[in-house]
Amino acid sequence: MVAQVQVLRGRSALPLAAAAAAVLMVLILVPSYFDTYQVQLLIYGLIAAIAALGFNLLLGYTGLLSFGHSAYFGVGAYTVAFVAEHLGPHSMEFYLLVGIPIVAVTSALFGYICVRHTQIFFGILTLAISQVIYSLAMKLYWVTGGSDGLRVPRPALLFGALSFSGPHGFQQFITLYYYYVLAISVVCVLLLWVIVHSPFGKALQGIRDNEVRARFLGLRIRRFRWISFFVSGTFTGVAGILWVPLNGLTTPDVLYWTYSGEIVFTALLGGFRNFTGPIVGGIVFTYLKTYAVASTEYWQLLLGVVLVTLVLVLPTGIVGAMSRAGQRLRQRRGAT
Amino acid sequence: MAILTIQILNSLLYASVLFLIAAGLSLIFGVMRIVNLAHGSLYAVGAYVTAWLVGRGIALGVPLGWLFLMLPVGALVVALIGIVIEPLLLRPFYTRAEEYQLLVTFGLLQILEDLMRLIWGGTPLSADTLMDVLPIIRIGGLYYPAYNLVVIGVGVVAAVMLWAAIYHTKFGVMLRATSQDRRMASALGLNVGLVYVVAFGIGCFMAGLGGAIVVPTQAAVLGMGVDALVIAFVVVVIGGLGSLKGALVGAVVVSFVRTAGIQFFPELELAVLYLIAAGVLLVRPTGLFGTA
Repeated sequence: MVAQVQVLRGRSALPLAAAAAAVLMVLILVPSYFDTYQVQLLIYGLIAAIAALGFNLLLGYTGLLSFGHSAYFGVGAYTVAFVAEHLGPHSMEFYLLVGIPIVAVTSALFGYICVRHTQIFFGILTLAISQVIYSLAMKLYWVTGGSDGLRVPRPALLFGALSFSGPHGFQQFITLYYYYVLAISVVCVLLLWVIVHSPFGKALQGIRDNEVRARFLGLRIRRFRWISFFVSGTFTGVAGILWVPLNGLTTPDVLYWTYSGEIVFTALLGGFRNFTGPIVGGIVFTYLKTYAVASTEYWQLLLGVVLVTLVLVLPTGIVGAMSRAGQRLRQRRGAT
Repeated sequence: MAILTIQILNSLLYASVLFLIAAGLSLIFGVMRIVNLAHGSLYAVGAYVTAWLVGRGIALGVPLGWLFLMLPVGALVVALIGIVIEPLLLRPFYTRAEEYQLLVTFGLLQILEDLMRLIWGGTPLSADTLMDVLPIIRIGGLYYPAYNLVVIGVGVVAAVMLWAAIYHTKFGVMLRATSQDRRMASALGLNVGLVYVVAFGIGCFMAGLGGAIVVPTQAAVLGMGVDALVIAFVVVVIGGLGSLKGALVGAVVVSFVRTAGIQFFPELELAVLYLIAAGVLLVRPTGLFGTA
């Protein structure tokens, strides 16, 4: 038994892959057992998870707290809205094709400016820049619809092979879009997993832990932070692109700085010191917020209390607390 | 010419309120190294409490002149809230990473915003009776409410008193010592905990005073605090986090740019402000007067 535990605690990725496969199986089965509303909620959860995962590359792995990630989410969302309104086909692949380069360029540009600073100045700079985008979306109403936002029709999936109209269009769309988002989430998770565990990812963690030492080792710190920012913003932007067709509408709310706060909240809820933390956080936060909004008018109060308690009592988040509890259990078992 | 005068007065009015918010934010950051995201909400609480007190006062038939006393009372209530919050919520975080400090104040912001909704509801709360008590004066050919001049005056007096308190009292010396080196100050026998509580209380008082004096000119509405916070950020970023002079200069710059913006390029007025803030951060991250 002890020997087995030690094998598990080694660097083997096998148990992790097995656990991930099990989770994936459960997720694939969800639409067969739950109604459309629950499936829709879970899509929102997966999208929040992608946004938080992207964000966490910056906070958890690079040690930079961005308070302006709503900008990349919102740029993704608004790009899709513009494409749907002014350019050709209502196809999800087309949205992604146009949207991803635009969020990538945006986050590369803003990242280049923001990584000149760290700590609190970095946070304020990201916040200021996201507020520029917000105020433009709010004020240039003849382009962006102002506070009314822009409507986005339901797109066709898989190069127009699947389109959704007719009486059961919505249910069909939700079920298939669920698998669509799930597939993209899996790709995103795998990509980020590879990035985090690559030499590049290790270098980021080195910079996070000791900037001076990393510089002595010859790492070009600012460039690493820039690339990390770029990747992080792009993933959050992909979440924004996926979010719009589901929501059917984008408003400046997703660009406001409090929305950035929600992304931070999500990552923290799951635990930003873990790779899986933001995924759990994204899904739990979506359910928490939905049920808080449904059960009380004062949902913000509830979320605020949860956040403060979390920071006070569980600073490592859900996943962090669970893994620590698991570790303790294993140690106790090892001792006896 | 008269229009120009009015616009300058309007800018000064806005500057005075902004200074009160930003100076509190800056003071708290300077002493405690905490960026208080709930600061805007404390300003909104000041506005709500004052408007509510004024409304109660009118209902009870208090002579109108006495209602002006409600302005400092509203600010004091916010200071009391601050004195409760600091030891309860912020103290555990001084030794921890600043991410947690930001998050705990963000949680506080959410709590305060909804508590205001819970207590005072969604309808705006107005206290414009106070504005009507004072006469409307003529400037050039145009009319201007005298109350606005009172607001400007309060801003000036607050700036002078804060400056005197920080640079010319014994407590100010303790405050500056703590802000420069907390452990050294503590080793020399200063009660750092007390300094923190008082500094946070003063910061909250300033925010509350800002809300209290602004509420007769515009009603207290939900979300006013969240909006005010980001503008206050712009102010402290331009002036320099932790600098009193910076808060003053930043407030004047922001209010004049914003007034001009609303006049000449209304679509871009907010974007320009944030761009200025981002520009200052790039060129001089410590702001015009910051040392941090």
